[in-house]
Amino acid sequence: MTDLGWIEGAITAARPQAMAALLRYFRDMDAAEEAFQDACLRALKSWPKNGPPRDPTAWLIMVGRNAAIDAVRKTSRETVLPPEDLLSDLEDAEAEAAERLDGSHYRDDVLRLLFICCHPDLPATQQIALALRIVSGLSVKEIARAFVVGEAAMEQRITRAKARIGAGDAPFEAPGPIERAERFAAVAAMIYLVFNEGYSASGKALEAKGGLCDEAIRLARLLLRLFPAEPEMMGLTALLLLQHARSEARFTADGQAILLEDQDRSLWNRKMIGEGLALIDKALLKRAPGPYQVQSAIAAMHARAIRPEDTDWAGIDALYAALEIMQPSPVVTLNRAVATAKVRGPEAALAMIEPLGARLDGYFHFHGARGAFLLQAGHKDQARQAFDRAIALANTAAEAASIRQYLDRVTAEAEKSAS
Amino acid sequence: MLYAILCYNDEDVICGWSKEHEDGVMEKLGVVQERLAKEGRLGPVARLMPTTAATTLRKDREPPLVLDGPFAETKEQLLGFYVVDCESLDGALDIAKDLGKANPGGSYEIRPIALFMPGEPKEAVGA
Repeated sequence: MTDLGWIEGAITAARPQAMAALLRYFRDMDAAEEAFQDACLRALKSWPKNGPPRDPTAWLIMVGRNAAIDAVRKTSRETVLPPEDLLSDLEDAEAEAAERLDGSHYRDDVLRLLFICCHPDLPATQQIALALRIVSGLSVKEIARAFVVGEAAMEQRITRAKARIGAGDAPFEAPGPIERAERFAAVAAMIYLVFNEGYSASGKALEAKGGLCDEAIRLARLLLRLFPAEPEMMGLTALLLLQHARSEARFTADGQAILLEDQDRSLWNRKMIGEGLALIDKALLKRAPGPYQVQSAIAAMHARAIRPEDTDWAGIDALYAALEIMQPSPVVTLNRAVATAKVRGPEAALAMIEPLGARLDGYFHFHGARGAFLLQAGHKDQARQAFDRAIALANTAAEAASIRQYLDRVTAEAEKSAS
Repeated sequence: MLYAILCYNDEDVICGWSKEHEDGVMEKLGVVQERLAKEGRLGPVARLMPTTAATTLRKDREPPLVLDGPFAETKEQLLGFYVVDCESLDGALDIAKDLGKANPGGSYEIRPIALFMPGEPKEAVGA
C-alpha cells in the first residue's frame, strides 16, 4: 500500500518534467494538461494497489501519452485501455523511458516549458498566470484569487495566453547554449515576478497571495536542481528564501507594514534563513557575481544581524554600489541611500538622491525616504512637504498609514517646541 | 552498540510535500523519537538541507577541488540521520521500521558506528 501523501508529493514533484515532456510530444498545452490529469487519476488508482513505480515521472509521462492516444482512438472506435496496472512490471519499457528522460533532455524540456510560459509576446501578468497554471498546476480559481480577479476573467486570460502561444511558433526545439542562457535569464525574471506578486501584497490580499511566494520558491528550487552549478540561480533562490523568511514579522495584526528595523526578529524563519545563507555563501565561492547574488548578499547581511544595530551598513552600502554598476536604476540608488544615510549621515543620502527627483517624482518610496532623511537632518518643514507628497502617492492604506506616523511625529514635535 | 540510521529518499518528492503533510510526518516521527528518548536510546538527530545547498571537496588532488552537490545519478539522496543505542542489529531494524511507519517511502541504511563524538556546537543552525 502506497501512502497517499507520498503519491501527492510524487505527482507534484513530477509535474514540471511530465508536463514538459507531454508538451513536447503533443505540442499543445490543453492536450498536454489533459493527458497529465488523466495520468494522475490513473496513478491514484494504480499506485496504492501495485506499489509505487520505480520512476514516477516516467510512469506519468508514459501513461499520460498512452491515455491521450487512446482517447483519440476511442472517438473513432471502441478499444481497450492500455494495461497501466502492469506498467510497473514492464521493467524494460520503464527503464528506457527513464533513461531518455535523464540528463540534459530533462533539463531542456522543463526549461522549454518555463520559457514558453514567459513568451516575450505575453504581458508579465499572463506569463505568471500561465506558469502557475501549467508548471505549478495551481487551479484557475487559486490563480484568480491571487490576482484578485474573477475566475471567468482569469480563465479567459489563460486561454488567450495559450492561444497566443499556439498561434506563434513556440520554440519546441532543443535550445542551443546561447539560447539557453537567454531563456534562463527570462525564466529567472519570471520567477522573481511571481515572488514579488506575493511579496508586495498586504492586508487581505496577503492571505490570497501568500502562496505565490511559496510557489516561486518551489520554481526557483526546481531551476536550481536543473542548474546546480549556476551561481545566479543560487543567488535567486537564496534571495527568495531570505525575503520570505521575514514574512511573519512584516505586518501588524491589523495589516500595517512594519519596517525592517522595527521587526521582531525572533519571528524570522531561521530554517529558511539557514538555507538562504548556505546558498549565497556557496554562490559567492564561485566568484562570478550577478545582480541576484548581490541582492541576496544584501538580504543575508540583514539576516545575519541578530539586532538591527548589528547591521553591517557599510557592507550593505558597498553591495548596493556594486548593484548600481551591474543594474543601474534610480530605485537601486534610492535603496543605497538608506544605507548611505546610516554610514555617512542624512545629508550624504540627500545629496545622493537629489538627482533622482525628476525620474522618481511619481514614486511613493522616493518621497517617503526623502522625508525621513530630511527629518533626520533637521529640516522639518521640507520633511513635512515630502511626507505630504508621499501620502498623495500611496498605493495602499498601509503605505499611507506608515507615512502618517512620521507626519504625526513631526507635527507633535513642532507643537511641543512651539508651546 | 551505537547505530546510525541514515535516511534516504527522493528529494524532489520531499520538496513536493504540502506543509500539512510535512507537519503530519514530523508529528508522527516525534512520537517515535520521544519514546526512544525516554528509553535513553536516542542520540543526535540531524536533518540535512537539500543537496543543492551542499558543497563537495574532492581531496584526492592538490589543491583540492570544490564541487557542487553531491549530484550522483541516483534517485535517492541522503536527507538526514539518527543515532540510536541498540543491543543488536535486530533492535536497530525495529527502530528503523517504526520510523518507517511514521514516514513511509525511501529507505534507511543502518550502519554501526565506529567512532562517536557528540560534541556541542554553539548553535544548532536551522533547528
